[in-house]
Amino acid sequence: MKLFKFLFAISSLLITTNAWAQPSKTPMAELMRSDGRIYVVIAVLLTILAGLIFYLIRLDKRISRLEKEN
Amino acid sequence: MEGLNDPFSLILQSDLMKKNWWKIVSVALLVYTFLAGFLGTVPRLPLLQETIRNLYFHVCMWFAMMILFTVSVVNAVKYLRTLNPKYDVYTRQYAVTGILFGLLGYATGAIWAAFTWADPNKPFVNSFSTIARDPKLIGAAIALLVYFAYLILRDSITDLDKRARISAVYNIFAYAILFPAIWILPRILPSLHPGNDGNPALDVKNDISSDMRIVFYPAILGWTLLGVWITTLKIRLQLIQEKKLNA
Repeated sequence: MKLFKFLFAISSLLITTNAWAQPSKTPMAELMRSDGRIYVVIAVLLTILAGLIFYLIRLDKRISRLEKEN
Repeated sequence: MEGLNDPFSLILQSDLMKKNWWKIVSVALLVYTFLAGFLGTVPRLPLLQETIRNLYFHVCMWFAMMILFTVSVVNAVKYLRTLNPKYDVYTRQYAVTGILFGLLGYATGAIWAAFTWADPNKPFVNSFSTIARDPKLIGAAIALLVYFAYLILRDSITDLDKRARISAVYNIFAYAILFPAIWILPRILPSLHPGNDGNPALDVKNDISSDMRIVFYPAILGWTLLGVWITTLKIRLQLIQEKKLNA
């Protein structure tokens, strides 16, 4: 009986570890979770760059309008 | 004439594209830098590891700074030749953006050095005295301080003609100390900073790998154009302000 209990315990452990491993196998958002998640860094940096460029474009337009008024 | 009707050539010949194409080039190059900079292959080097990707950012700050200061000094000479106050405004604003890029280069370099030059087994403060004594860092600090002095000098003179003339002459002197301070001085003294022999970053044969060069050179252009864009905005704003003051 002891052996069975032991085997049961081990196998249940294996099943749970298997269950832990499951989420990483799901295809959802695989790109953003691959290669040490470097794409997440790229997404963050591109967002900052986009924000800065957007700000510059708005400034540019506003100054152009001022130039026309003067 | 039939080429004029399709939308692509209409966009190309619009006023927006004729004046602003280089801004679009700048944005495209920067997006390329961020994508290829992180996804591209880099050589595995001891100590540096992935931080070698900082080449596309830290080094480009200094390149942009040098180009902006060069534009600044060219405008200073133009001012002294023509005495047109427009060039005085150009000189100052290009110097300001150059200082901005220099400060960013300094800050990024400090972070990079903290994790590559410093001894990881000791607290950073212990390595700091060695790093802070590095001739390249001192040279860059001298150069930036000289340009700070340019701003203080120029903005403390109230007489407009005097201000423009004295600061233009000072700008030429500042430029004359810039290159000895960041290129000649660190070569004479032993330095931790790489790029002290040959043509650093521009030596095609044995300096940086070809994988990195196809990202590095576009990155320099992209960052420099961004700096020029910021500067043109500041110049236009100052010209509007001065026009209002005179009106």
